[in-house]
Amino acid sequence: MTSIKSLLKSSVGKKFLVGITGLGLSGFVLVHMSGNLLMFFGPEMYNTYGHKLVTNPLIYGAEVGLVLMFLVHMGLALSLTLANRSARPIAPSQLASSCEKSARFGSRYMALTGLLVLTFVVLHLITFKYGTYYPVTYNGVEMRDLHRLVIEIFKCPLYLIGYLFSMVVLFVHLAHGFSAVFQSLGLFSVRGCLIKKLGWAFALLVAGGFFIQPIYGYFYGGK
Amino acid sequence: MKLNLKIWRQKGPSTPGNLVDYDIADVTPDMSFLEMLDVLNVGLVEKGETPIEFDHDCREGICGSCSLMINGNAHGPETGTATCQLHMRRFKENDTIVIEPWRAKAFPVLRDLMTDRTAFDRIIAAGGFISVNTGNAAEANSILVGKNIAESAMDAAACIGCGACVAACKNSSAMLFVSAKVSHLAQLPQGHPERSQRVRGMVTQMDHEGFGSCSNTGACEAACPKEITLENITRLNREMLRASLIS
Repeated sequence: MTSIKSLLKSSVGKKFLVGITGLGLSGFVLVHMSGNLLMFFGPEMYNTYGHKLVTNPLIYGAEVGLVLMFLVHMGLALSLTLANRSARPIAPSQLASSCEKSARFGSRYMALTGLLVLTFVVLHLITFKYGTYYPVTYNGVEMRDLHRLVIEIFKCPLYLIGYLFSMVVLFVHLAHGFSAVFQSLGLFSVRGCLIKKLGWAFALLVAGGFFIQPIYGYFYGGK
Repeated sequence: MKLNLKIWRQKGPSTPGNLVDYDIADVTPDMSFLEMLDVLNVGLVEKGETPIEFDHDCREGICGSCSLMINGNAHGPETGTATCQLHMRRFKENDTIVIEPWRAKAFPVLRDLMTDRTAFDRIIAAGGFISVNTGNAAEANSILVGKNIAESAMDAAACIGCGACVAACKNSSAMLFVSAKVSHLAQLPQGHPERSQRVRGMVTQMDHEGFGSCSNTGACEAACPKEITLENITRLNREMLRASLIS
């Protein structure tokens, strides 16, 4: 037990937890994105999926788990970032940024992209989860018409652009994060080409999938 | 050739420093970077000024004494090269070169370009060794080591402890250094008995010294004059998990 405690106190152990929770959150965004794609099967399928999700008693456990993952991920990442900042009291007047000796792009902005994703998540919950409730009835069961809300929201170009921008930010965060997890867990090196490509592929899949719904909503909404 | 140098001057650990301009002529392309600084210092001494302090020793790229952030690059623009092995042919006439010390809380500036890197020594003292009686070299075939393991351990052992990884890292993290030492010893049979306490001790000391954590940016690997790879950091993470969860 003492060795596990000392692990969790160390920077290596904290990175380990940030990685594990990051992987869990990656799984969540993948499932969320897949759920969004049900839009193409019509409003009934889309709304029924949402209804089944929120009426399942397991949803409370899942939500608690998700919130815990978010809190651990952000809390530890914040504490590591602050420690990292204090490790360098004076920055060099210049640092390699564009030659072969520089750090990868995404890796330099994880804290910034993470904060932007957090802002997005808060706005996203306000808009959709706690947004307007339109009732609709299928086969005698009354449920929320989320499809109508989605179409309505994405008709606003400002929201559409904000949403797409957020997904680009999520892409940058995931492109580094998803592959770096495996390095923090001591499994594979991010230097290995395959794992880096896997990170890019995963980020592209998730962000690309999230791109489809709002664009579809904007151009074909209500038709 | 003529060059414009902007060099960090700082009188002592607690006094603020700043970049000072120096113009230097008569630099030949065959001079090493440190020889160019020697020439500058001779000129300063002749003028009655204080010469610029910088660390150096073997000038053969193997001791790890030299440092210098050159135009934002640890050990200058050349890859896999320590500052002492960098030559002026890499620069052009009238180039401006910014020369700074390593920047990290754990490496305080002592004077000008010289930093205190004893934090690395304390990390080594926390576990980067093998506690066996030394004597005559053992018979080579008495402990068999696989070729791939021998190569991988030897690659890690190439680390000269110069601190370029810390200087290049945005977090001033010492993970590449610690991982090289852990990888070097943990892979060899001689290092196995103290494997767990070594990695725990070294990581604890690394955190205690005030180095940052690893963001997997890869800047350390790019700056390392001995081309220590990120795979070692993966191995360090694995060793730390293993030490904490299994043993």
